[in-house]
Amino acid sequence: MDYQLNHLRELESESIFILREVAAQFENPVLMFSGGKDSILMVYLAQKAFYPGKIPFPLLHIDTGHNFDETIAYRDALVEKTGARLVVGSVQEAIDKGMVVEEKGVNASRNGLQTVALLEALEKGKYDAALGGARRDEEKARAKERFFSHRDEFGQWDPKNQRPELWNLFNAKKQFGEHFRVFPISNWTELDVWQYLAMEEVELPSLYYAHKRMVFERDGVLLADCDYIQKKPGEVVKEMMVRCRTIGDMTCTGVWPSNATTTKDIIEEVATTRMTERGGRTDDKRSETAMEDRKKKGYF
Amino acid sequence: MDYQSSELCRFTTAGSVDDGKSTLIGRMLYDSKSIFQDQMEQIEASSLRRGESEVNLALLTDGLKSEREQGITIDVAYRYFATPKRKFIIADTPGHIQYTRNMVTGASTANVALVLVDARNGVVEQTRRHAIIASLLQIPHLVVCINKMDLVDYSEDAYEKIKEDFEKFAAKLDVKDVHFIPISALKGDNVVHRSDRMDWYDGSTLMYYLENVHIASDYNFIDSRFPVQYVVRPNTDEHHDYRGYAGRIAGGIMKKGDEVIVLPSGFTSKIKKIDSFDGELQEAFPPMSVTVLLEDDIDISRGDMIVRANNQPEITQDIDVMISWFNDRPLAPRGKYTIMHTTQEARCMIKEVKYRLDINTLHRDLENKEIKMNDIARVTLRTTKPLFVDAYRKNRITGSIILVDEGTNETVGAGMII
Repeated sequence: MDYQLNHLRELESESIFILREVAAQFENPVLMFSGGKDSILMVYLAQKAFYPGKIPFPLLHIDTGHNFDETIAYRDALVEKTGARLVVGSVQEAIDKGMVVEEKGVNASRNGLQTVALLEALEKGKYDAALGGARRDEEKARAKERFFSHRDEFGQWDPKNQRPELWNLFNAKKQFGEHFRVFPISNWTELDVWQYLAMEEVELPSLYYAHKRMVFERDGVLLADCDYIQKKPGEVVKEMMVRCRTIGDMTCTGVWPSNATTTKDIIEEVATTRMTERGGRTDDKRSETAMEDRKKKGYF
Repeated sequence: MDYQSSELCRFTTAGSVDDGKSTLIGRMLYDSKSIFQDQMEQIEASSLRRGESEVNLALLTDGLKSEREQGITIDVAYRYFATPKRKFIIADTPGHIQYTRNMVTGASTANVALVLVDARNGVVEQTRRHAIIASLLQIPHLVVCINKMDLVDYSEDAYEKIKEDFEKFAAKLDVKDVHFIPISALKGDNVVHRSDRMDWYDGSTLMYYLENVHIASDYNFIDSRFPVQYVVRPNTDEHHDYRGYAGRIAGGIMKKGDEVIVLPSGFTSKIKKIDSFDGELQEAFPPMSVTVLLEDDIDISRGDMIVRANNQPEITQDIDVMISWFNDRPLAPRGKYTIMHTTQEARCMIKEVKYRLDINTLHRDLENKEIKMNDIARVTLRTTKPLFVDAYRKNRITGSIILVDEGTNETVGAGMII
């Protein structure tokens, strides 16, 4: 018998099922779009799920104001192509309003402030479900995350009191004021994402492919040289061939030495690499439980 | 590697801290080269800090802060690794008695269950409990890993004794495919690499088994079932009259031109088109997500089911289930709950608790019928509207339900339809 999907098609089908379930069970969902490959994959899967209709929810981008230019250009082109609606939440605005105080010092990052801007945007839009491109293989706290993750009225995650999830049955019931985070690509690994994007020939921002860039090293991580990061004495900027494995804002996204200029090269690189992709994220390096602590507060 | 032909295999592990379950998973990840350097450095540092002499592979699977502090697993954790043949998803569930609910959760989607037995202790209460849950949840393949063989001098007698004991007990269960593998997770015998210390064993290693076990027929390809999940109506000039029924095939093979009946309305029609973003499909099968268009304009919405006229599920408001209870608040006799089944939702009442199943002995308790957290019981439900159900044995998707508490919205129970 020949009725067997390969693993990428099975993951695709599972994610499409979750996306449709969100459209059916929630009144006002939103898709959190960071500009990274995982959220690009999410938008692509959402297009498939509702074809030939348009994606029935807006994309929400939390703009830290410290983005790579390529991210914004790609985002705007994608919105144009899919006809999706774009909503932008701004960290700069949250700072200007005095809701948060910017971190100081050489390791200052707006990553943590994103949570405040995100919760504010979710509240303002009265969204009852926020779709995210987090994957369980990324980080140990995320390994215990549900597809449908319930959040209380403060947006907090309670890992010890999660709803059991069985078969294909997803319980989206909630009290007024509560919301859900939903993670349709929970079961994908970094390699799956790349294999799938290659199979489907999805175009990605140029940052993911090897390119020449001015970089410097800090705590074993290469960072892009830019106005948003203060350099310490002794940190030397040099030009290297690098690429991003994840894309966050410029202050916390490490780049990797790489010569992978095509998706095929990247798959080979990912299949043989000895470091996790978040190994380049300085926001996870702050402590052993940095991700768990941020997630409990409502980070996505 | 030719990733486009690789299959997805889900398995669940159950065992207590002492059975070496975390070590086994750590071993599989380590020997299949799925552990990254920075993860390894992190657990090396943690092991050192805890004053342990060797790198503790078990730390790889502990996620939450309190778990690492207490050295226990609280929740189902999902792990991933791939070999050139397959991608694996491990649902790693804690083994202690109070976490039956996690075992049931992990088992619900698994193709294979790994049950760990400590070679020194043989088949114990917990082994039986895991096997009973695997049987109730109808996991198609069961592998009994007889672990810590290094501590019984790799003795064939010890292995044979455990195998015999387990087979005697399993005869009472509904498991179709049982395998036994003698291993040492700590030393690596028969996990990924063949052991040269057990010449008497001529079966496969655990990894070889997982890569080759036949999982293609774990879905039901006979009885066509298409629960409508979402109605696609683009309302654009280009697709003015487009009305597609989106959903995931729950059973059978659906083809263009099939004569179908829509439940509950009973209207009949033909499949005009099976649509997808990648173009029209001639046929679709589980677990594909597709969009189905019919020849006739019929009023269909979420929760309806498209099936073949000559092969219909049972249409009923009275459902017998084996229920696994998840909540601190006991099941309320005559209580009312929301019931979720495929893409349908209704209310239901617990009409009768028939018996409580002792999951260590399979004894049916007709006296004490109070159903508390982690209990399993046979109950009868009455729903407010008809559901379209199959026996769980026949189809795990159309044969399963969950119950939701109407006050707290928590998922309080999961049921397998009898």
